[in-house]
Amino acid sequence: MSDLSAPTQTSEIEQTNPPQGSSQRGRWRWVVYVLLGFAVLFYLLPVYLVVITSLKAPADIQLATTWQLPETWHWQSYAVAWETFAPKLLNSLILAITATAGAALLGSLNGYVLAKWRFPGANIVFPLILFGMFIPYQSVLIPLFQFLRSIGLYGSLAGLILTHIVYGLPITTLIFRNFYAEIPDEMLEAAKMDGAGFFAIYAQIIFPLSVSGFVVVLIWQFTQVWNEFLFAVTLTRQSSQPITVALANLAGGQAVDWNLPMAGSILAALPTLLIYIVLGRYFIRGLLAGSVKG
Amino acid sequence: MRIRKDNIIAFLMLLPSLILLGIFVYGFIGQTVYVSLTDWGQNAAQALAINPELAFVGLANYRDLFTGALETRFRQDLVNTFFFTIFFLAGCLGLGLGLAILLDQNVRGEAVFRTIFLFPFALAFIVTGTIWRWMLQPQGGLNVLPTSIGLPQLDLLWLASREQIWQFNWQNLPIYIGATATLVMLLLTYRAWRQRRQRALWVRGGLAVLFAALSLFVLPQVSILPFPETHGFNVAFIGIILAAVWQLSGYTMALYLAGLRGIPEALREAARVDGASEPQVYWHVVLPMLGPITLSAMIILGHISLKIFDLVFAMAGADNATTDVPALLMYLRSFRANQFAEGAAIAVVLLILVAMVIVPYLWQSLRGETKR
Repeated sequence: MSDLSAPTQTSEIEQTNPPQGSSQRGRWRWVVYVLLGFAVLFYLLPVYLVVITSLKAPADIQLATTWQLPETWHWQSYAVAWETFAPKLLNSLILAITATAGAALLGSLNGYVLAKWRFPGANIVFPLILFGMFIPYQSVLIPLFQFLRSIGLYGSLAGLILTHIVYGLPITTLIFRNFYAEIPDEMLEAAKMDGAGFFAIYAQIIFPLSVSGFVVVLIWQFTQVWNEFLFAVTLTRQSSQPITVALANLAGGQAVDWNLPMAGSILAALPTLLIYIVLGRYFIRGLLAGSVKG
Repeated sequence: MRIRKDNIIAFLMLLPSLILLGIFVYGFIGQTVYVSLTDWGQNAAQALAINPELAFVGLANYRDLFTGALETRFRQDLVNTFFFTIFFLAGCLGLGLGLAILLDQNVRGEAVFRTIFLFPFALAFIVTGTIWRWMLQPQGGLNVLPTSIGLPQLDLLWLASREQIWQFNWQNLPIYIGATATLVMLLLTYRAWRQRRQRALWVRGGLAVLFAALSLFVLPQVSILPFPETHGFNVAFIGIILAAVWQLSGYTMALYLAGLRGIPEALREAARVDGASEPQVYWHVVLPMLGPITLSAMIILGHISLKIFDLVFAMAGADNATTDVPALLMYLRSFRANQFAEGAAIAVVLLILVAMVIVPYLWQSLRGETKR
């Protein structure tokens, strides 16, 4: 019924109903396609504009000819953007991979415990964990800033990684818990009869069945961390900046040449876009699992 | 005995995460609340100390935010967030539902359409903001798009607009809130009447009368601000709402589509057999079943819009007062001006707003679950 309890093992969005007798409504079908066509324009026009602007020479970028194809294809913007952004992209990559792996491993353990083991207070602990993914991070930012400064991690990538692991725990725990809840208890009971303990059950039953759960969590969390901005802009210095901060700085300056921010936007968007296009099914499962952006 | 030991191990495995979240979420929130009750930032020498000496000032920071002459910006930010939330929600729900219904018509190439409608969700708000800032240049972008099919150029100012519409006096806020509460109660009373629920009818009707009396006689006497102050909807936000809808309407589409796919075909077929036309099937059978999804989407999107920060930062810049929101003001006050106590107070207000939306939601969705 609600997002939070949505099962993650089945992708709910795929068409399951057999095609119905819709041909008798054929007279109106063109209306459906025309409306869909307008929607496609709305979603893709910005993409068209970004791509052509990124391929124009700075002198060719004029407001009046915004929508026209470039007269000469100017690939240098990408070379320049790459030079500017390569270190930041590397920061983002290290950040997103380590923070995602950390949060996923801990989240898998938490989800296993919460789905399959009983202990007093579990019903209170779970919502308290979940609340952590909805809070506005502004409400923890000042103490976090002070804390990272006091342990010497302020301004470092390590500090940002730690931050993202901790605040990634609620969502990874939620997705894994719902995922493991669908593994039948009988399988675990049988293993317990055979004398398997907590870790043996995890290693022999739970973990091997987790592959698609891990895929959902990994791509979801990778996307979230890659795209995150508030922590990144407050807790890093120049050398540890991820791509979002670098892009905001470049595009935010006055009198910008727009080819560069546009090429930079494409570079910043490519990794998560590729994940979305290649692994879209898993991405949507993460989304339906009660995941939240922002 | 084996099971008991394993239960303890299980709890111990959970413990590190609990401790981390206990400190980073609840401990830090507590500390933020404490900071918001101090004068941190007033003394520049102490501002960036690791262990600053702080004086307790009670609720002074909150009083400044809501009634101080210098903090009109914060109050306008709240108004901005209010209007942004309403239009952003309406846009995402309307467009998302429309697209989901279109895709539910056995459309050819459905997967391609779905991919196109949802891809902005995978982008960073910063990327979306950068792109749309370029889209909304007053002399270019969307404004000149009509010229490519021979229509005249538009002259909308978008983000550069300084116009404010639907202005109201902040001093009248209690009356507006009272009137809204009265209206909501009247609607609930009407529902109780239609459903023939006697007790609910009396309780709700009584409350409606009480609220109406309050708004008419008591609230006009309440003075929350010693001077009149106009706030309203800043037109510059239209562009930001447009970009936000572009980014997140695919999300509601996916939610609604999942909901539509969950409705058994047999139900619709039964309605068709009874002679319902296709629009009637949607109106009477399908839409009522999407209510819970609409509520979830409203809560998820609503709390995103309360927290909106990066998109505004990238589109209009951090220092643009016209398009300011509380999340951004908190950042500016704390990390640009070192006014940490004031920043903390804004953060606490934000947290309370988000909690008012999220806590009932968590309560509701988890209560049903633990029962099974």
